[in-house]
Amino acid sequence: MRGVFGDQVLLLARRSVVRTARQPANVVFPLVFPLLLLAVNSGGLDSATSLPGFPTDSFLAFALAIPFIQGALFATMNAGTDLARDIQTGFLNRLALTPMRGVALLAGQLGGVLTMGVIQALVYVGVGLLVGVRLESGPLGILVLLAFAILVSVGFGALGAFAALRTGSGEAVQGLFPLFFVFLFLSSMNMPRNLIEIDWFRFVATVNPVSYLIECVRSLIIVGWDTEALALGFGIAAAITVVAVTLASVSLSSRLTRS
Amino acid sequence: MRTLSVAVAVASRTLRTVFTNPSLLLPSLIFPLFFFTAFAGGLSSVAGVPGFDFPPGYTAFQFVFVLLQSAAFGGVFTGFGIARDFESGFARRLLLAAPNRTGIVLGYAIAALARWLVTAAVLTIVALVAGMQVGGGPVDLFALYALGVILNIAAILFASGVAMRLRTMQAGPLMQMPVFLALFFAPVYVPLALLEGWIHAVATFNPLTRVLEAGRSLLAGSPTEVAIAFAVAFALAAGFWLWAVRGLRSAERAG
Repeated sequence: MRGVFGDQVLLLARRSVVRTARQPANVVFPLVFPLLLLAVNSGGLDSATSLPGFPTDSFLAFALAIPFIQGALFATMNAGTDLARDIQTGFLNRLALTPMRGVALLAGQLGGVLTMGVIQALVYVGVGLLVGVRLESGPLGILVLLAFAILVSVGFGALGAFAALRTGSGEAVQGLFPLFFVFLFLSSMNMPRNLIEIDWFRFVATVNPVSYLIECVRSLIIVGWDTEALALGFGIAAAITVVAVTLASVSLSSRLTRS
Repeated sequence: MRTLSVAVAVASRTLRTVFTNPSLLLPSLIFPLFFFTAFAGGLSSVAGVPGFDFPPGYTAFQFVFVLLQSAAFGGVFTGFGIARDFESGFARRLLLAAPNRTGIVLGYAIAALARWLVTAAVLTIVALVAGMQVGGGPVDLFALYALGVILNIAAILFASGVAMRLRTMQAGPLMQMPVFLALFFAPVYVPLALLEGWIHAVATFNPLTRVLEAGRSLLAGSPTEVAIAFAVAFALAAGFWLWAVRGLRSAERAG
């Protein structure tokens, strides 16, 4: 029985990956756009490293954490949009007529997102190393970064799946994009929280969970092994994943009505 | 006269579509406000970087960028509408019905401009409420907004050229990405003099740098290189007018 479940997950994960790979825009855009923003921001804000108290003398190293989270946001959109298309085209209803287990569908879908997340993380680390960023946490830090990228991709991918299952509309999923962007921009993305001068902005960045996801990745790059940043980052990512997967599972069971 | 009547009809229809549809109107209003909040709020300490000298402050420094960015993206968003019109078949019927088809391009440009003026008004009010300092007088401010108007027209002409050649919503990234890159390869966060390395080289040759730096100098009340900025903006608009009209001819040939 377990083997059958595994096969179902693998088949759907493969379908998810192949479908993404067949749409170059879905592969290239999530990879290239965060790198473009990284180039623009690190070039434009390099002089900010001369501010007293700035934690590194390379804004590129400081900002390298951002693509990891941005890439996960794009993964959310892609996963949600693909699943919504399955709902709109009736694929999900046809699947409901087969012995396929609902949880296999979700796991398969997230498997595709996870694969994309790992590819993105490897590209971002590779580009960072190529342009001269040295990870303070060393080679082991790269493994931790990959583990974090997997966790964040699954969590955000499940959020996208939840949105798709709840609304059944690709446009509604795309409508979440600005909301995610708000979370990203109102975080410690471009400036350490202690250097944000505007009180209300610093408060918003402090209560914004995305700040801690970014700071977790950033700590591995510019600090080394910061237990607090890692615990907060992994803890928040795990909490998002648990909540999102639970919500997606509940929505899936009500969506997959078998007669 | 025929051109004008076609332009007015196209502009009225486009504006009615935008202003009666919140999903089309709100992003072009909210995104500039959001960028303004994120940049002016989150990065205000950048004003403390040694060598940063902009007397009205960082809020005003970022306001000019966001104002010009909203002008450019106001044009791009209207370009999306042109692509949507082609996908739905409306634009083809429009090509058949219009006695003078150049009026179609002009109509979309008028709509883009009207749409941006609303965004610019909201953005300005929010910036003033947030305490933005203004050093320039009425003539300086008029020149700043005039630069925005020309940039808006250049952007809609660029976007309509793309939309009329490709005639699909999938052309969206091709309209958006070049404008995005041209804007962000200008001195967004600090003045040109404080940029270093490759970004300084790129920004130096980026025509939008002249527009942005002149805009900031106008808001500060110490105009510099304003004539060059207007020349660049007019050149962009004239070049993209040719691009848009040729795009229209391409759409006509496609039927």
